[in-house]
Amino acid sequence: MSNTLTHPAASPYSDREQHAVANHLGMWTFIATEILFFGGLFASYSLYRWAYPAAFVTGSKHLEFWIGTLNTGVLLTSSLFMALADLAVRAGRRGALRWSLLATWLLGALFLGLKFYEYHLAAKEGHVPGAHFRLEVPQAPQVELFMFLYFAMTGLHAAHMIIGLGAIAWLLWLNHRRRLGADHDAPVSMVALYWHFVDCVWIFLYPLLYLVR
Amino acid sequence: MKAPHLTARVCFANYAALMVLLALTALAARAPLGAWKAPVSLGIAAAKMALVFIFFMQLRYQRGLVRVFALAGFFWLGIVLTLMFADYLTRGWLP
Repeated sequence: MSNTLTHPAASPYSDREQHAVANHLGMWTFIATEILFFGGLFASYSLYRWAYPAAFVTGSKHLEFWIGTLNTGVLLTSSLFMALADLAVRAGRRGALRWSLLATWLLGALFLGLKFYEYHLAAKEGHVPGAHFRLEVPQAPQVELFMFLYFAMTGLHAAHMIIGLGAIAWLLWLNHRRRLGADHDAPVSMVALYWHFVDCVWIFLYPLLYLVR
Repeated sequence: MKAPHLTARVCFANYAALMVLLALTALAARAPLGAWKAPVSLGIAAAKMALVFIFFMQLRYQRGLVRVFALAGFFWLGIVLTLMFADYLTRGWLP
């Protein structure tokens, strides 16, 4: 028999599965816009790395390789817990959902903490482009350009991480209010897609910024 | 019978693969690869992204239409990069 979800007058979706597919199509469309959003910066980066390869090597060597590598591991681990959260909500396991979301959130916060510490180190050593840039290296203007791209790309990524942390906090609140479960899992699945995508952006930022040799 | 879906075992196996690739890419940065450095590190990054897309983002278990939407963004990004480099790479060609 029809219910509030399947009654034709109440819902544009033909059934639960079609509703889920529609959710995914919508989310992936949004992710496509994000690919282009970050893509603009990746395009700039590609162009200037093609133009000034030596300066990009110099710039990359002045970044904190170990913090970048550790941060990549932190984000990959956070994606693992986010995937486990997705499994937990679909199994209706609220306790497992809570700790896996918490773990994801804490790892994301750890990433940001390390990132801001890195920014602090960079500022201290005069790597920030602008009036206080003071690296005495060959091709300094081009190295400054690399640093500009570093701060712009990781800064945009960090902004996305902050939004993601807000979204996960919202999921934790929803779970606390018992509004998530096997038949209401879309918020978790969709936030998970966003989180994994932000992780993928970092997966590419890492070699492009830290591993240029 | 339930359709194929993501399981905890696949999550952990995927994670292990991602960590191995991370170790590989960190090592490759210090290895004497010469001109191959960039293709190798970007190739490993692409592999990691593919693993996240296919397993964590569950494209493995979705229908074709969802997969097309997932790849569409890269198609358009390809257009951006192609047109941009077509401009810059050919700037010296005419007097």
